[in-house]
Amino acid sequence: MIRVELVKLVRNRRTWVTIALIDALPSLVAVLLAVTDLGPRPGTGPAFLSAVLTDGTLFPLAAMGIVLPLFLPIAVAITAGEAIAGESQQGTLRYMLVRPVGRTRLLVAKLVAVMAFVVLAVVVVAVTAYVLGLLLLGNETVTVTGAATSVSGTPMSTPELAGRTFLALAYAMLCMLGVAAIALFLSTMADSPLGAALGTMAILIASTLLLTLDASEVIQPYLPTRYWLAFVDLFRDPILWRDVLRGVLLQVVYVAVFLGAGWANFMTKDITD
Amino acid sequence: MTSVITTEGLTKRFGRITAVEGLDLDVREGDVYGFLGANGSGKTTTVRMLLGLVLATSGRVEVLGREMPRAARHVLPQVGAIVEGPAAYPHLSGRRNLVLFDAMGHGGTRATRRDRIEETLEKVGLARVDDRPVHAYSLGMRQRLGLAGALLRKPRLLVLDEPTNGLDPQGIHEIRRLLLDVNAAGTTVFLSSHLLGEVEQLCTRVGVLDSGRLVLQEEMTELQRPTGRVEVGTPDVARVRELLDGVVDQYDAERLFVRDADAAALNARLVSAGVRVTWLTPERRRLEDVVLAKTSAGSDRFGLETGR
Repeated sequence: MIRVELVKLVRNRRTWVTIALIDALPSLVAVLLAVTDLGPRPGTGPAFLSAVLTDGTLFPLAAMGIVLPLFLPIAVAITAGEAIAGESQQGTLRYMLVRPVGRTRLLVAKLVAVMAFVVLAVVVVAVTAYVLGLLLLGNETVTVTGAATSVSGTPMSTPELAGRTFLALAYAMLCMLGVAAIALFLSTMADSPLGAALGTMAILIASTLLLTLDASEVIQPYLPTRYWLAFVDLFRDPILWRDVLRGVLLQVVYVAVFLGAGWANFMTKDITD
Repeated sequence: MTSVITTEGLTKRFGRITAVEGLDLDVREGDVYGFLGANGSGKTTTVRMLLGLVLATSGRVEVLGREMPRAARHVLPQVGAIVEGPAAYPHLSGRRNLVLFDAMGHGGTRATRRDRIEETLEKVGLARVDDRPVHAYSLGMRQRLGLAGALLRKPRLLVLDEPTNGLDPQGIHEIRRLLLDVNAAGTTVFLSSHLLGEVEQLCTRVGVLDSGRLVLQEEMTELQRPTGRVEVGTPDVARVRELLDGVVDQYDAERLFVRDADAAALNARLVSAGVRVTWLTPERRRLEDVVLAKTSAGSDRFGLETGR
């Protein structure tokens, strides 16, 4: 069943259009930076953007910082929101279940397909950003083998930078798994895929909004988007683990709760569409 | 004869609405079972409960000798189904859809997939369909594709909900022949429909649902048994009434209903008495009359009660 879902994902033209769109924004940023040479001052603007002018190999991380707050979660919310509600609306859900595909298996396969989509999107963004970074940015000051600079200002070797980059990408994927879990849960509840996707986005937007509000300080540590950008801390020297670990824990709880609720709901649901 | 579908006291409530109540179905091996009922009488809910899509509020369902939905893993691979219209992935071709559906779940061996798909497409009349995506299919083609999906694994039981929707008369005729062929090869067919004519022409057994209750379950031959009357068409109505005084039930300008079980003898008697007989036939119960007598107005009707 997982194979079938992956085939459906890869064969769907929309998957590739979405990824291309996600990829377009950081690419545009790279081109603009290269042409104008006007980076934000250090400490302002999206993470790493000030550093990429001197070191292009950091651009994959800057690209993550650009797509993670909005683009990627929207794409995940749409893809995961469609998982059950979309099949239901299309009428294909009932035919899957009478094949028979077990309901738990179906849910697992859908989750795997959504994560495959996330991995695909992150890899495409990271690779394009790396290539663009090398070609357009920062190539006059630092070579690939040269020392990069951590956010704290101390030099980092290339293997260390690579290791931390992978950690950061893994962290970003976990955050997206949290979004996928929420969207999948709503997808088992809602009648329309749009409803599930919009519901998920509403939760994320509310969370982002509450993070800017001093009055909501007590609940801030529990908001789903609170630690999303904590991956920046992985590039400090020494690594600042506190927020990253909290972020991991929080996402694991979100994933467990929402997947559990989605599973329980789907198992006992009357399929009437 | 073994039972293929048995339900006991099957009941489904959606909130305060009772969709199906106390249903005792009995479908036997080899039957072409016609499941009749007006729109909204609970047919589709019942079909969905048989397939484990909708979970019963109370009561038991057994399909192919095992309890549903608990044994769905074992039962459903031997069941082919169309539930409330066919469905497919619109951006993929028909063949591609069948490949995907066959690859889902257990029972669709990969080695035989191509052959089975081509064979089934041939059966349902889509053998030469091109690679156009399903969203460019006509309703009839979709219906055929749905049927192909149901037949793909040579099921022991076919559960079909309105399978001839959207087909033209020729298509309906074709599908009817196909179903009879499949049935002759040993597959039990459970056909849910609101089309009396379709059921009358196909089915060997009939169950009638009215507002969620089974009001009738009988063999078709029993349903259509002679009423013990003979219908006589003749220009000499008055002559016949004289001749057969007392056994004429009803008459109008050119026909009479005579209480007599032996049509041949009656014919001989009339002809030898010099009555001109245009036509003469033993009266049988008609499915439509039986069903109408047993059921109330359809539940999509919200007007005043008709005087029936």
